[in-house]
Amino acid sequence: MSSPVSALGGASFSEGIARIDEVALQGMITLRGDLSDPVVQKTLKPFGDGDLPAAGEARIEADRGLAWMSPDEMLVLCPYAAAAETVAALQEALGDAHALVVDVSDARASFVVSGPQARDVLAKLCPVDFSPAAFSLGMFRRTRMAQVPAAIWPRQDGALQLICFRSQARYVFDLLSVAAQAGSEVGMHVQG
Amino acid sequence: MSTRVSTGGRLLNKNSELAFTFNGQRLTGYEGDTLASALLANDRMLVGRSFKYHRPRGVVAAGAEEPNGLVNMGQAGRFEPNQRITTTELFEGLQAESQNHWPSLEFDVGAINSKLARFLPAGFYYKMFIHPRPFWKHIYEPFIRQSAGLGRAPKARDLDTYEHYYHFCDVLVIGGGVAGLQAARRAAKSGARVTVIEQTPHWGGRAVVDGGLVDGEPVDKFVEQIVSELETMENVTLRNRMMGAGVYDHGYVLGYEQLRDHRPDMPGPRHRLWRIRAGHIVTATGAIERPLSFAGNDVPGVMLAGALRDYLVNYGVAIGQRTVVVTNNDDAYRCAFALKEAGLDVPAIVDARMHETPPAALQRAQELGITVLEGHAIASVKGGKRVEGVALCKQEGTGDPLRDIACDAVAMSGGWSPVVHLWSHCGGKLVWDADQACFRPDVDKAPTNDSGQPFVTAAGAANGHFQLADILEDADAAARAAATAAGFTVRKSKGPQALREPEAPMAPVWLMPAQADIKLRSKAWLDYQNDVKVSDIQLAAQEGFESVEHAKRYTTLGMATDQGKLSNINGLAILSDALDRPIPQTGTTTFRPPYTPISMGAIGGEARGEVFQPLRRTPMHDWHAAHGADWEPVGHWRRPYAFVREGERVKDAVNREVLNTRRNLGLLDASTLGKIIVKGPDAPKFLDMMYTNMMSTLKPGKCRYGLMCSENGFLIDDGVVARIGDDTYLCHTTTGGAERIHQHMEEWLQTEWWDWKVYVANVTEQLAQVAVVGPNARKVLEKLGGMDLSKEALGFMEWADGTIGGFDARVYRISFSGELSYEVAVPASQGLAFWEALMAAGEEFGVMPYGTECLHIMRAEKGFIMIGDETDGTVIPQDLGLHWAISKKKEDFLGKRAQERSNMTDPKRWKLVGLETLSGAVIPDGAYAIGEGKNANGQRNVIGRVTSTYYSPTLECGIAMGLVLDGPDRMGEILEFPGTEGATFKARIVDQVFYDKDGEKQNV
Amino acid sequence: MLILTCPVCGVRAEETEFHGGGEAHLKRFGPGSSEEDFQEYLFMRENPRGVHFERWRHAYGCGKWFHAARCTTTLEVFGTYPAQTLEPPKDLRAKISKKRPGWTWRSLT
Repeated sequence: MSSPVSALGGASFSEGIARIDEVALQGMITLRGDLSDPVVQKTLKPFGDGDLPAAGEARIEADRGLAWMSPDEMLVLCPYAAAAETVAALQEALGDAHALVVDVSDARASFVVSGPQARDVLAKLCPVDFSPAAFSLGMFRRTRMAQVPAAIWPRQDGALQLICFRSQARYVFDLLSVAAQAGSEVGMHVQG
Repeated sequence: MSTRVSTGGRLLNKNSELAFTFNGQRLTGYEGDTLASALLANDRMLVGRSFKYHRPRGVVAAGAEEPNGLVNMGQAGRFEPNQRITTTELFEGLQAESQNHWPSLEFDVGAINSKLARFLPAGFYYKMFIHPRPFWKHIYEPFIRQSAGLGRAPKARDLDTYEHYYHFCDVLVIGGGVAGLQAARRAAKSGARVTVIEQTPHWGGRAVVDGGLVDGEPVDKFVEQIVSELETMENVTLRNRMMGAGVYDHGYVLGYEQLRDHRPDMPGPRHRLWRIRAGHIVTATGAIERPLSFAGNDVPGVMLAGALRDYLVNYGVAIGQRTVVVTNNDDAYRCAFALKEAGLDVPAIVDARMHETPPAALQRAQELGITVLEGHAIASVKGGKRVEGVALCKQEGTGDPLRDIACDAVAMSGGWSPVVHLWSHCGGKLVWDADQACFRPDVDKAPTNDSGQPFVTAAGAANGHFQLADILEDADAAARAAATAAGFTVRKSKGPQALREPEAPMAPVWLMPAQADIKLRSKAWLDYQNDVKVSDIQLAAQEGFESVEHAKRYTTLGMATDQGKLSNINGLAILSDALDRPIPQTGTTTFRPPYTPISMGAIGGEARGEVFQPLRRTPMHDWHAAHGADWEPVGHWRRPYAFVREGERVKDAVNREVLNTRRNLGLLDASTLGKIIVKGPDAPKFLDMMYTNMMSTLKPGKCRYGLMCSENGFLIDDGVVARIGDDTYLCHTTTGGAERIHQHMEEWLQTEWWDWKVYVANVTEQLAQVAVVGPNARKVLEKLGGMDLSKEALGFMEWADGTIGGFDARVYRISFSGELSYEVAVPASQGLAFWEALMAAGEEFGVMPYGTECLHIMRAEKGFIMIGDETDGTVIPQDLGLHWAISKKKEDFLGKRAQERSNMTDPKRWKLVGLETLSGAVIPDGAYAIGEGKNANGQRNVIGRVTSTYYSPTLECGIAMGLVLDGPDRMGEILEFPGTEGATFKARIVDQVFYDKDGEKQNV
Repeated sequence: MLILTCPVCGVRAEETEFHGGGEAHLKRFGPGSSEEDFQEYLFMRENPRGVHFERWRHAYGCGKWFHAARCTTTLEVFGTYPAQTLEPPKDLRAKISKKRPGWTWRSLT
């Protein structure tokens, strides 16, 4: 067993109007089940600090939390090393409830876009209103990023984090680097 | 003589001189100049040649409507044709050259066309070049292409970058003139998020040139003050150098921002295309002055009156020392006054109108000592490459010259047309305003949004209001409408006030003089850029092109890059007159975006170079690249076609890989194959519907090859299904099928069987998968160790979980090559490490990686079908002899009913067979087998076609599969396949399994 | 370019986040069905000028299918509703009747 590697081995870009960093491997588990089912809710609550995110929301702190994907899908975030045991714990808590729990940590890549102009960089790529009033802490948006799907959320530190498919990690990183190229300030959603 | 004068030039920084070149000649201008104003300041009246007749052409306008001033700009990777000089800001080192002439702008051979104009009327090309037919392709078209066209197409790769930006606002104001600014301020005070975009670098529009007082202050002070107020408002965004390019459904607007055209030395993207979603849109896009149609109205030095004023006031450029003003309205009188104030000579104002009582403007002209000739017209303009004088005549008449006036410029005004383009793009309707002789927005027929409510309001001149007082009042009303529509409340308060000046009504003048003879009409230009004259439109009408859309296409009126901004109204008025019907009945042609041409780069945005497409990469991608991978695109994936060694040809690499895999050991990166988990109590029932096979009877631990059909019965995908547990399956799909089949399953679960308890998850990317293939496959895995992979422990079509060499692995014993073969799935994060471990451990067993072509050849040798080769969306499994994979016990599966349709059960459907060439050569892919006789079109009948064809290095001959009429019943028959260039291939129909028919190689 | 509101996740987004899926409320005919019924199901589609009911998927969002009632001439969107319905909800039909009196679509009015 060799040590697992993320899609781009921790690539970063800092020569532009925002900083792009690939996040180290992140534990991600897809739970498909009826989110209105009390058993499913009870299973998930501990991962959201006792709370469940509603539609379009996430409860994420650092590398733990929950993100609402659809009415029958929750994304559970946990430390990468804890993914296998978390899958087992979720399955046990669900008991006989009809649900599907699957580790997707390696199926994804994740990036942090930081700096005062982070929102403008993403606004070049996604058809989403990234003004701080419209996209605030606690929100979680699945959308189109140029030509691929992505999910984006604001972090407590003011940066934006996103996840995409692992096979598209290089494309997404290149895309973000182009969008953040030097001299491309827009000046719309500048923070801090 | 066109010169810089000491007065005016409000936009110039005269302390900053800039050098530029035009046709190689070094010239200078000032910061703040446009290329047009700088050329005119250097007396460069002649800036180009016209499209068809190569007539000398000069600048006519001062803005986006300019038809003539188009140049090639820049060099190599920054070269761009058809750049409009009136909107090009001057910068140090700018290089421009004029277009459409040979050998030079001053002396142009093509100008002979002008002498031949009589023989080149509307529709000439259609009529002349239709016969004989073959001449078009080989003689006419190449000739016309060479002699027509404006700029050159760029050859070098564009060095600049471009981007998009998604923007959201409550109210979008397009146009930063007084109407737009006032509307923005009023709307912003309601709290709405307001964005104002302005195509030029300056705010205030025409008003600052034309002057006037707002609340007692000069209008330029008013503009300054309103801009600085808007700049301080947090809910307002002001962007200039950004054109409203198009208005689309549901409040979608494209804004074209030119970031670096005026300072190309700065880093960053050149253009940014704003994709704006607005709650409500105010189009404050102003108006465009119309030319008058008189003979010689295209001679350099004849200019729109408003433009002449712009050059004088904004850039301190006098187009002529003696300027004749010709008009049908009061507005052009301003031009005469401005020229007089600057100390320039105005020998006459030629006013086509007759006034019973002299209007205020006329009185003022007389006070200034300017001769006003009422009821007069220009019969013709004297001069070729620049204006030398005008011949005057009565407006009512055929153009008998009365007298000549020497002059070096003519300022013309035929009235103003509101810029209704953006109002009209998304379906806003127009009404004809007879008093002002223009089309203006029909306020009751605005474009509607997703709620069925109007989402565009026109304001100011764009709404048909031309007086400052009316414009400000209309802007307030538009702001109220816009903010209210966007859900905000506008408090009532008094808006800024301007004096309403007395004005005499304009008179529609579509031809000058009114009964001009054919000689004059053939020199009276409507469309400068496409060389369409009054006589051409009249000819079109005479020949029956009564619809304005037909007349447009027949004459090419309004079809050039300016899209007829100056010519459309004049043209349709001439057409209406020729057909003796009112103008509103003729109507306008359709206004389509973009308002002015935008760069292809801006449309593409970031999608170029490395990020043109989202290429997908497996965890082993970089290893493949480092080991000679010759890539094959499969969907968005890049898969190695073959691993080519130093000095090796690709086909030799492929053959080497096949032989080595059959003899020793090959590794294939199979990570791209789709992997879908299907789980739930109803999963067996669900998969029985999805696949033609029975999947509910599959035992846990076992695998089964399955076929998927669409509801049409056609084969759409195949792959191996593994039963993981009682209620869990893992379905493999083709590489291209992973997302498609995942969605196919979701679609049926969500929209048809939503009560079935099944969840699916696409885990394709979670796992890296390696096919370990060949006689030594088991040896290398056993060497890495960790699992019992013996024949007894893991039989053919079984799977097991375990570890191999320390890697968590799921091993499937399946084969697509006919060899002993294991497909091993490990977590993607360890895919590369696992691959490298296999390569290292396999060295002693003769391991080599292989690519997709080797995979294809090995499967063809075994007669296995490939989705996309043997299938093309019209093939059912029965055609491929796959009856064994179609359950007869199941009541239903997707495609079952369709496969019972008569066309599907027709015994004459072509069936799959193997094909063996008699010569050993390889039949071309897609070749057809010819049969007896001919079809109704006189073509040879065809009785089959090749679906897969390869050189088999194992058998050392060409092998193929194909679909053939009565194929399975014709074993041993010889078919004839014509190839290209007269070659014919003869092939014998054989069993499609060419190699190891009994499957002994995989059964070890 | 249209704006649609996904009734499943509540996101109001532009058309590029969605994928159109043709006519809504088709009834599936399988084995045992008549040639006429099966042909109708497989091939025959409404192509109205005016009120239309369509299937859409929030492809780049929650991934769910839903239905939309739309006017094909003005592009007005009357409403969106869940895919798990056999016909448009009553209140939506009433809303359409208010805006487009006398509308018809297949057997609906």
